[in-house]
Amino acid sequence: MIDTESLSCQELVELVTDYLEGALDERDLRAFDAHLAACDGCTEYLEQMRTTIRLVGTLNPKDLSKDAETVLLEAFRGWTRTS
Amino acid sequence: MTLPDDALVAALRAGDEEAYSAVVREWHAGLLRVARIFTPTRAVAEEVVQETWLRVLGALDRFEGRSSLKTWVFRILVNTAKTRAQRESRSIPFSALHDPARVPEAAVDPDRFLPDDHPHHPGGWASPPRALPEDRLIAGETREVIERAIEALPASQRAVISLRDVEGWSSDEVRNALDLSEVNQRVLLHRARARVRQALEDYLAPENA
Repeated sequence: MIDTESLSCQELVELVTDYLEGALDERDLRAFDAHLAACDGCTEYLEQMRTTIRLVGTLNPKDLSKDAETVLLEAFRGWTRTS
Repeated sequence: MTLPDDALVAALRAGDEEAYSAVVREWHAGLLRVARIFTPTRAVAEEVVQETWLRVLGALDRFEGRSSLKTWVFRILVNTAKTRAQRESRSIPFSALHDPARVPEAAVDPDRFLPDDHPHHPGGWASPPRALPEDRLIAGETREVIERAIEALPASQRAVISLRDVEGWSSDEVRNALDLSEVNQRVLLHRARARVRQALEDYLAPENA
């Protein structure tokens, strides 16, 4: 392991989402990038967070049940009639 | 595909069933996930979503377009869900949603790092993550592991990761729908992603854990 004293690995893993969201200030961003350049463990951790986001994005949103759709459509028809 | 807001509102007011059905379907998953934050079961959440649409229809003539229709509908949902929860006097973790930082939670088990007084590398990895096997990432079982990990999250984390990463909402849309600060939205998203990543690692590379 190489010296990464301005930001420890344990601190870096808590900043990953801020990093990906572009929410780090300039100083933290520099420390983050410098740490990554020297640390395989954190590079892998960041990669796994990216993989996680990508895989979560492939899940299908839950569908509306037929029953619920019927109820809601009936409600809409009732509303159209009265308004 | 949803119509632009003003066209959609006009279509709904004109009684366009197709436009209504389309928007009900498109927002359903998101509405259900948000409802689940405040409700004990999926069945109650379904009822809250239905009640929300009834309220939306009842109030549509008064919608002035100061926020997007989607934001407005989600606000009605949150109010409906809270009212329902109060009526049933369930204890709902509002405080956990609005101030998640009050309950600290580490993204990675602290035991995987070297102690703070380590002479060479305080807070460095003692047990770093190893590469996940690329070929198993896309397997159906891996998706089930992810689904289960999301189901097991605290409701507020589940809502945020579902809206952001499953439904693809922007952080602003999520903040508006859930009435969260920017920081709290990120905290919840971070914890949710960290837990799902851990579940993936436990499943695909368990020798690390």
